[in-house]
Amino acid sequence: MRFIDEFRQPALVHALANKIQQWSGPPVQIMEVCGTHTVAIFRHGLRGLLPPQVNLLSGPGCPVCVTPNVEIDKVIALAANPKIILATFGDMMRVPGSYSSLAEAKAKGAHVKVIYSAIEALEMALDNPDKAVVFFGVGFETTAPTTAASILEAERLGLKNFYFLSAHKVVPPAMKALLQSGEVRIDGFICPGHVSTVIGSRPYEFIPRDYGIPCVIAGFEPVDILQAITMILDMRAERRAEVAIQYRRAVRPEGNPSALWAMARVFQVRDAEWRGLGLIPGSGLRLGLGMERFAIEQRFEIKVRPARQAAACRCGEILRGSCAPPGCSLFGTACTPEHPVGPCMVSSEGTCAAWFLYSAGGRIGGASAVEAGAA
Amino acid sequence: MCLAVPARVVRINGQRALVELGGLTREANIILVPSVRLGDYVLLHAGFAIQTLDQAEAEETLELLALMVEEGEERVEA
Repeated sequence: MRFIDEFRQPALVHALANKIQQWSGPPVQIMEVCGTHTVAIFRHGLRGLLPPQVNLLSGPGCPVCVTPNVEIDKVIALAANPKIILATFGDMMRVPGSYSSLAEAKAKGAHVKVIYSAIEALEMALDNPDKAVVFFGVGFETTAPTTAASILEAERLGLKNFYFLSAHKVVPPAMKALLQSGEVRIDGFICPGHVSTVIGSRPYEFIPRDYGIPCVIAGFEPVDILQAITMILDMRAERRAEVAIQYRRAVRPEGNPSALWAMARVFQVRDAEWRGLGLIPGSGLRLGLGMERFAIEQRFEIKVRPARQAAACRCGEILRGSCAPPGCSLFGTACTPEHPVGPCMVSSEGTCAAWFLYSAGGRIGGASAVEAGAA
Repeated sequence: MCLAVPARVVRINGQRALVELGGLTREANIILVPSVRLGDYVLLHAGFAIQTLDQAEAEETLELLALMVEEGEERVEA
């Protein structure tokens, strides 16, 4: 058992696709919350296996995409300080802020270093005792435990030059905000698989309970996603709504207690601004009690010009599922992966990037692209 | 950013482990999976193991799906 190929078996994919094709109920709109699911759906051509009555919407589950411009402006300002080394995960480098990006700032001499793991930020602080290393923490609950672990280790080592700027967000409040806005009809959720390995299934229970909408936590292989869709359709057929785990090999109802403990020890919940969704209560993480010494704002003042958004960029609507990429006038013309205007086109899990890469530069064929744009 | 890949634990040294995936060996921090053992599969995300993979659950999922395939075939033949 190697946990990947077995979940790509063609016989299983075909059988599941056939089952979905037999859906004879009313049209359903299923939102896949997580950007990694959006990419997996494209990569494996899953949309083409679904009947027209089963429609998939992309949601705001791309932590890079939902980081607002002001956060990027702040880290660029920090990186310009010669006393600071700014450590960031790679996918933030090319995201446009109000005026620039980390990549552009680095090209102009700012000290920006890309790291793959939170531990590398720690090592950077150890290797550069005369500089302040600021670790820009982006990501959902999949990543937050890893940054929390690195901060706990910094505490254990008594590091004096390690700082953390949290742009972490948590997913369930954003799902609630989407449902409360009522902007888009959602008949089922494919819940993020790896976030759920950490948080378990309980944080989603308010969705079937208060909104009557089925939720299935899915893995990322084609068999996983298709099985999750059949599980949602079965619940709709039976007029039943609950949180079910399709990704049972990785997700336990209680999640990962050690990871949750690390997050609770280091972070506290706060209200946070999401690109496209506005301020969502209780949806962000910041350094908690006892962790103030790691807050960069205590040590360095961060001065930024007022944040601004790129005109005509519809990332916000795309993140809410109320517009698909072909509906944005910039898509594939002014905004491409080579010269992105908004983060949805930059991030490896951005909805626009996925559409662009997997549908021949945005043209998925006549009618369907027009319908998608009109959504 | 939800990217995590299955990898097999081949060596453990305190908080650090070596994991194998696709023929390559990488370092992983296992502090978030304290019950992990040699030979277990974990999900690797940004240099950390964030969860252990349950082989029995994986096999059960596949068995149920295989049954579904069989039932589908029977219906077609019937």
